[in-house]
Amino acid sequence: MGRLKMSSSKRVGGLKGVLHEVLSYKSAVIGVAILLFLIVLSVYTMVTIPLPEAIQAWRSSEAWSRNPRNAQPEWVEIFYGKKLPRTIIVPLKDADATKVLLEDGRLAASWTVYFNYEYDDFPSEIVMFFNSSYSEKPAVEFYWIRPDGEEVFLKKHVLRRPDDRLYLSNDLSLELRLEGLFENKVGGKPSFMVTVEKGLFAEYSLDPRVLKGRYGIRFETTLEKNDVLNAEVVIYGSVYGLAGTDHLRRPLLIGLLWGTPIAMSFGLTSAILTTVLSLIIGTISGWYGGKIDLVIQRIVEINAVLPFLPILIMLTTFYRIDLLIILLSVVVLSIFSLGIKGTRILVMQIKSYPYIEAAQAYGASNMRLILFYVIPKILPPVVPGMISSVPGFVFLEAGLSYLGLGDPFLPTWGKIINDAQTNGAFYKGMYYWVLEPAFMLILTSIAFALIGMALEKIVNPKLKEL
Amino acid sequence: MIPKGFLKFVAKRTVLLLISLVIAVYISILLANFGGLIDEMVKSDLMMSITMNVRNNPAYQGLTASERQKIIDSLYQSALEARGLNTPFLIRSLYHLKNALTLDLGTALYLTSDSGSKQVRLIILERLPQTIMLFTTVTIINFFTNLLGGLLIARKYGSKIDRVIAALAPTSVIPGWVYGIFLILIFYTWLHVLPPGGLVDYPPPKDPLIYFLSVLKHMVLPMLSWIIAGLFLGIYSNRTFFLIFSTEDYVEVAKAKGLPPRQVDMGYVLRPTLPSIVTGLSLAIIGSWGGAIITETVFDWPGLGRLLSAALSYPDPPVIVGEVAIYAWLLTLTVLTLDIVYAFLDPRVRVWGG
Repeated sequence: MGRLKMSSSKRVGGLKGVLHEVLSYKSAVIGVAILLFLIVLSVYTMVTIPLPEAIQAWRSSEAWSRNPRNAQPEWVEIFYGKKLPRTIIVPLKDADATKVLLEDGRLAASWTVYFNYEYDDFPSEIVMFFNSSYSEKPAVEFYWIRPDGEEVFLKKHVLRRPDDRLYLSNDLSLELRLEGLFENKVGGKPSFMVTVEKGLFAEYSLDPRVLKGRYGIRFETTLEKNDVLNAEVVIYGSVYGLAGTDHLRRPLLIGLLWGTPIAMSFGLTSAILTTVLSLIIGTISGWYGGKIDLVIQRIVEINAVLPFLPILIMLTTFYRIDLLIILLSVVVLSIFSLGIKGTRILVMQIKSYPYIEAAQAYGASNMRLILFYVIPKILPPVVPGMISSVPGFVFLEAGLSYLGLGDPFLPTWGKIINDAQTNGAFYKGMYYWVLEPAFMLILTSIAFALIGMALEKIVNPKLKEL
Repeated sequence: MIPKGFLKFVAKRTVLLLISLVIAVYISILLANFGGLIDEMVKSDLMMSITMNVRNNPAYQGLTASERQKIIDSLYQSALEARGLNTPFLIRSLYHLKNALTLDLGTALYLTSDSGSKQVRLIILERLPQTIMLFTTVTIINFFTNLLGGLLIARKYGSKIDRVIAALAPTSVIPGWVYGIFLILIFYTWLHVLPPGGLVDYPPPKDPLIYFLSVLKHMVLPMLSWIIAGLFLGIYSNRTFFLIFSTEDYVEVAKAKGLPPRQVDMGYVLRPTLPSIVTGLSLAIIGSWGGAIITETVFDWPGLGRLLSAALSYPDPPVIVGEVAIYAWLLTLTVLTLDIVYAFLDPRVRVWGG
């Protein structure tokens, strides 16, 4: 009795009533909540990072040179139970130098800059970026000042070009020197490999322990009068931001954020276009019958014989791989699905209903009959199926991107998973790189699946009883 | 005596399905050859290699440029004729069609089989066992698990496990390859107990038994990924399907007669639903023969899916067309057989007569 009342109130309430009924399912409430979150996320992304900027940033390598490579997201600290290093940028500005005029007219310049290191793990990399202008290539000496005041000579380096870079981590001779120093201080071979980072940041002991405190870096050089020397010492951490970075130091967050509107719009557009168009085709087939019907049925059979994914890949590579072409190809290959047969039979039945005959009697055209009398009757039952088909399309796009056949410019979830696999995420245990895009994919698809299932029960009351 | 109307139906169905098959294969030939573009690529490759050969041949060193050009042109023309490239693509495409339909698959442009052959037939035959071993097996396993699970749950309708299955049904929107990625993370990256992909350990074991066990070990994760992906929705939809059927009057009567549940399931629920179950199984098995491009890529599994994606990336039209043609033939024959069997068996399908 109660159910009967509810369905009658639904008719009165229209769309609002449907929404009310959908939300009476707990699973659908979760689905709607996730969906709203994803929509807000999409809008936020599109407003804060415009697409051209996102694409350019995603494809440029220079923009991310100060980010750590393959860094985990910051929140993984919860699992490790210790404070993991962030990236520290130590600037050495020309203006801050102490310059002394020498007898030959040149300047003896020196900088000392301090920074605090309070993390429980060693940095991942140390690089010096120079930004200078000079008349003659200056030779710079670097010193490392440990928190206990000890000063270690690092190396002497002649700038090769004004924007020179010095990768300390790759410096084998420095590494050997630090190792020797370490063995001297400890009085034995330490239990770990003394890399440059460990040699600079570890306590003098047999086990690798970070020496926390205030470190200093000193630069010393001799410059011509008008020379300018600026530098940045980047001490790369092992964690970065909310989502971490990939092998090209790009913040995954940009890819994850932009993946949202791309996946949602691709999934929804394909689902809606496919459902509505195949409904119209099925209706035409059932309504007109005869030759039109015969042709449409053959197309359905041809389509069924062709393997979907290979033909889709050929179609997209035949033209041009971009998101719109992929979308159109997917729709073209999906609209002549076997579902048309069901629609066709339904329309054949509806054709003989009295209200259609009545409409025909007052002279309604075929077009009018199809659009205003038949389609409205058969559309509502297919809406749940339409919503439930969204995840399939979302995963299809992800699968194509994963195969390297997605849009080459856009950052998408599938592409991030592909990058992760080809760059050894499975092998090296970089879980975050795979799990983050996979999580977003699953979140999106589950939202639509939950809503679709609830709608299914509303449209098909027999299911509700079961 | 077979009625005349039935024969007419069979003939009509056969002709219609064959027309669809021919058109489908022709479309794939046009697409795979990029509407003739591949021919142009092959031609320019030929021209280049002939030019290089003539230039580097000491015997032709003394000749003038125009004489050399003449030699190049004549060599090129005969090479074109040898490959049949001097006929326009549209005519050639009809030859391709004839060959594809008679499954005379020809030679590949770039790909070779592991034994070094360029025969498309051999290339495909080399990959087919791996695909059948993995995907046909898992399709059959999935089919029966879901069928039996569905029957069992339908009997326990409303119980806790029924509700759990219903709640987990949405997990099946996630495709097998995504589960595959999770399984690799768990069993390879984290636990180090199973390989992340490939067919067999490297180097391949000599002893056949150890070889077989190694292949089995490599099959666990891909199979598991497809089983998980299909499990809950499969059971749930079978259960719903059976529940709808078990409210039919004849089932109620059978229950009222006091027949044991097993007999009710077998004789009264399963029997009338058998046609759609058989259709589902046969189409699923045929579908599994195409392999799965994405899952095979995730697990680096050397099956037909990987072959197809390699052929698509070159592109190597004979291999693409070969796979599509075999697939299309199998599907068409299956559909035709099913149509005929049902038309013959089912008294309700009155396809012939008035």
